Amino acid sequence: MTRSAVRARTRPTVGQRLLGGFGEILITLGIILLLFVGWELWWTNIDADRAQTQVTSEFVQGLQVGPGDGTSVPERDFGPAPITEIPDGETFGVFYIPRFGSNFAHPVTNGVGMDVLNNVGIGHYPETQEPGELGNFAVAAHRQTHGQVFWNIDKFQAGDKIYLQTRKGFYAYEWRDTEIVHPSQGEVLLPVPHDPGAKPTTSTLTMTSCHPPFTTRMRIIAYAELESWRPADAGPPAEIADLVKKTMEK
Amino acid sequence: MYAWIFRTLPGPLWFRIIVALALVAGVVLLLMNYVFPWLSQYSPWTESTIGLMLL
Repeated sequence: MTRSAVRARTRPTVGQRLLGGFGEILITLGIILLLFVGWELWWTNIDADRAQTQVTSEFVQGLQVGPGDGTSVPERDFGPAPITEIPDGETFGVFYIPRFGSNFAHPVTNGVGMDVLNNVGIGHYPETQEPGELGNFAVAAHRQTHGQVFWNIDKFQAGDKIYLQTRKGFYAYEWRDTEIVHPSQGEVLLPVPHDPGAKPTTSTLTMTSCHPPFTTRMRIIAYAELESWRPADAGPPAEIADLVKKTMEK
Repeated sequence: MYAWIFRTLPGPLWFRIIVALALVAGVVLLLMNYVFPWLSQYSPWTESTIGLMLL
């Protein structure tokens, strides 16, 4: 090795050092970008899961469910469902959706701002109707990231039930159909979706989320109809009795 | 830059490796807990609501 070669290796020129530093910055930015993707897709789920479990257990703490001896009153017609009034910005219920997983219990809060969807999961569109009211009770949640609450929204099958627990009791909705719409199609939130001015005769539950997964190009909309209801003191429906019990013991 | 930081750290080699790893972990935690949550409010990738006119 010549002497100049040795010197070049031990003491790089100013140009080489600048170039090296610039390269390091580029590599660093690349790694930070990858970390951001990792944070968005993975870390946000951990944070959101923790927050939602906490909110759920705080909400169910104050509820009295069942006749008090741990049983449920057998299935029968409990009459028309009452309306659960939704206070501003508050968590007013818990969704149990067996199709989304046997442990699926997530709180629903009034408002669809990022503060709600990013932290506590399911948000209710405040301008739509309340549970039990004739018309459209519409909610939104993330398809991926921040708990990815509605990840399986495309998996509904005929006969699938969606249960909502509020302080009044348990609303049982049955899935009707699913459609993909453009993000600007706010008419899916109308009292009768797609039909301005029509007078609603049923209580519809509308769930909205992103579509396709990992993009925000379109929206996926799942509709369900209120089918039956049980007052709180009658206890939870048989299909989710164990899950409700587990959720309330947490 | 990184070579300079590593050279500047005090102590024997094994100690400097541990300090370097701790620094990396600290930066990652800082990013995950504070920088990314702040950054994500400008991210257009997580919208899942509909009908912005109605909001």
